[in-house]
Amino acid sequence: MPYHQTIHNYTYHFPDLKTLLAKATPARSGDYLAGVAAESAQERVAAQMALADVPLPTFLTEHVIPYEEDEVTRLIMDSHDINAFSSVKHLTVGEFRNYLLSDQVTTDVLNNLTAGLTPEMVAAVSKLMRVQDLITVSAKCKVITKFRNTIGLKGHFSTRLQPNHPTDDYKGIAASILDGLLYGNGDAVIGLNPATDNIPTVIRLLEMIDSIRTQFAIPTQSCILSHITTTIQAIEKGAPVDLVFQSIGGTEATNTSFGVNLALLQEGYEAALSLNRGTVGANVMYFETGQGSSLSANAHHGVDQQTCEARAYAVARAFNPLLVNTVVGFIGPEYLYDGKQIMRAGLEDHFCGKLLGLPMGIDICYTNHAEADQDDMDTLLTLMGTAGCNYIMGVPGADDVMLHYQSTSFHDALYIRKLLGLRPAPEFEDWLIRMNIFDEKLQLQTISHRHQLLAELGTV
Amino acid sequence: MSSVISDPWEGLRQFTAARIALGHTGHSLPTDVLLGFQADHAQARDAVYSALNAQQLCEDLQHFVPGILLTSQAQNRQQYLQRPDLGRKLSAVSKQKLIAQNTTENDLSIVIADGLSACAINQHVVPVLSLLIPVLVDKGWTLAPVCIVEQGRVAIADEIGFLQKSRTTLILIGERPGLSSPDSMGAYLTFQPKTGLTDESRNCISNIRPAGLHYPQATEKIYYLLNQMKIKQISGVSLKDEMELPGGKLLD
Repeated sequence: MPYHQTIHNYTYHFPDLKTLLAKATPARSGDYLAGVAAESAQERVAAQMALADVPLPTFLTEHVIPYEEDEVTRLIMDSHDINAFSSVKHLTVGEFRNYLLSDQVTTDVLNNLTAGLTPEMVAAVSKLMRVQDLITVSAKCKVITKFRNTIGLKGHFSTRLQPNHPTDDYKGIAASILDGLLYGNGDAVIGLNPATDNIPTVIRLLEMIDSIRTQFAIPTQSCILSHITTTIQAIEKGAPVDLVFQSIGGTEATNTSFGVNLALLQEGYEAALSLNRGTVGANVMYFETGQGSSLSANAHHGVDQQTCEARAYAVARAFNPLLVNTVVGFIGPEYLYDGKQIMRAGLEDHFCGKLLGLPMGIDICYTNHAEADQDDMDTLLTLMGTAGCNYIMGVPGADDVMLHYQSTSFHDALYIRKLLGLRPAPEFEDWLIRMNIFDEKLQLQTISHRHQLLAELGTV
Repeated sequence: MSSVISDPWEGLRQFTAARIALGHTGHSLPTDVLLGFQADHAQARDAVYSALNAQQLCEDLQHFVPGILLTSQAQNRQQYLQRPDLGRKLSAVSKQKLIAQNTTENDLSIVIADGLSACAINQHVVPVLSLLIPVLVDKGWTLAPVCIVEQGRVAIADEIGFLQKSRTTLILIGERPGLSSPDSMGAYLTFQPKTGLTDESRNCISNIRPAGLHYPQATEKIYYLLNQMKIKQISGVSLKDEMELPGGKLLD
């Protein structure tokens, strides 16, 4: 259906909903590269005005990618909860923004609404929002998940300890794990990106990290972020798999490029559930996403990268994940050019994921060919903390020596926790205090070379 | 008295290049650690914006093979970073220049491009080609003139190889700089180059630099792959790499 909007005596025409969504998107390099971005600042605002007038039920009848062609569209439509939608079905996108920001919309209201929202509705309203709007609504969301600890409680902030090593060297990995634990990191997961997808190697890495966890009775979970087919085979061979990881995207063709589909994700989900390794809950999936993956795979169907990203969250929420994070600045400047674009995208992704009911974290990151630096990362970290983000990455000194990009450091997590009074996951916090890493006030303790972790692991 | 609290596990640094045991003041990084990181990032940033010494490279290689200076359709670095598609195509002028050369059929087109680190190319191309070209000539390989491309991406070698009527192309290109590897050079090889090929048609050798894959080993691996392509008449994922090269991330 065509849309149009007149501003300053000029009428802009938009042939369909996906074009309207793309043209309404705040500027970013990936949408220019795809040829879907607004051609002028005024066209962008015109698109935002036209989008504000679109009634929410339109998103249930006008699909940005056809139902017949894409299993993600089918998942979105077939799982839509019309009862949950009833409280907002009379609203336009612009009215929906007003509603979300109003004081009557509390955490409970948002939780009851989640199943009635589609990714396209959420992406649409985010395009009309400023940074403070995204933060205001995100901070009202509460998504709690559990495996061996509890993540996402109000006033808490977790980290994934990311101990990557370019050759998967055990001692190198263990050294980074030790460093992270002694800086109070690792309550979301101890999660390694392996340098190889070789199954015997992945199994040995799973066993190694699990043995550290059990030796010190650490109330957290581990994950080797290999392809889901590798993890399923590792489970079949009896490896100690806590979480099943997969990178996912918002179109069927994007997922095909990742070598996955919904049935395979279901298979992985059931395999992880069958192990029954969680002690306080059974959220067993870990997903990573990021704007630009659909364009990179030539699988975007003319849909803007932020809407594609929001659709990935519909895939994620079908599997009750423990953790979902956007890897916001990893993909490079042809998708998100600079610190400003990375910052906006991170806040949008977190907002959309949370509104769709996901336990959103973020890999606040950049590559060396992006126009970004540590100041941009600090800015985004501070914003994400105020937005109520569930977790960030913890990488030694912010420098990932395997993936060659910069993320957030163990020190960064201490900064945001202290600044905003945020605590680790409660079970993990108890352990940190028991191990004399933090005191009762969550102050980092001075670690001697006789500390239990160093004495038992540091000499390995 | 220093307010910095050091970490008593500095000895573990022998096991990893990761930035562990950094110490802290409050919850923050000590000043020397902070500035050390900034210096490494600055080095990587400067590498991205470094310029190819095209004329100098041409002169240095003259002894082995004639050179041609070319440009892609990307006008400048800023555009190059945002529009990878333009970096994969020759500018109209360069295309005409290459067509006018009317190169006779040959075995190999060697392309040199700045990629994301011109300084990697400025440092490593001449040493590697000084080893490789004499071996190729000795074994009877016929070479097209070397093309030196500014603002180039990997796939530009497909167009160049096609226009030079080459059976194979080798492109040496600056890789995305890491904090500890600002000068990493990559080599991508393709059999029967033509525009429109994608990464699965290429073989890649990554991290060529004195602190990574050394020149002689890199040259050996390039020569091995070129020979395999000649024998098996294929390249890319279907060409099994039995030398077990260390895997690299594709540049683009």
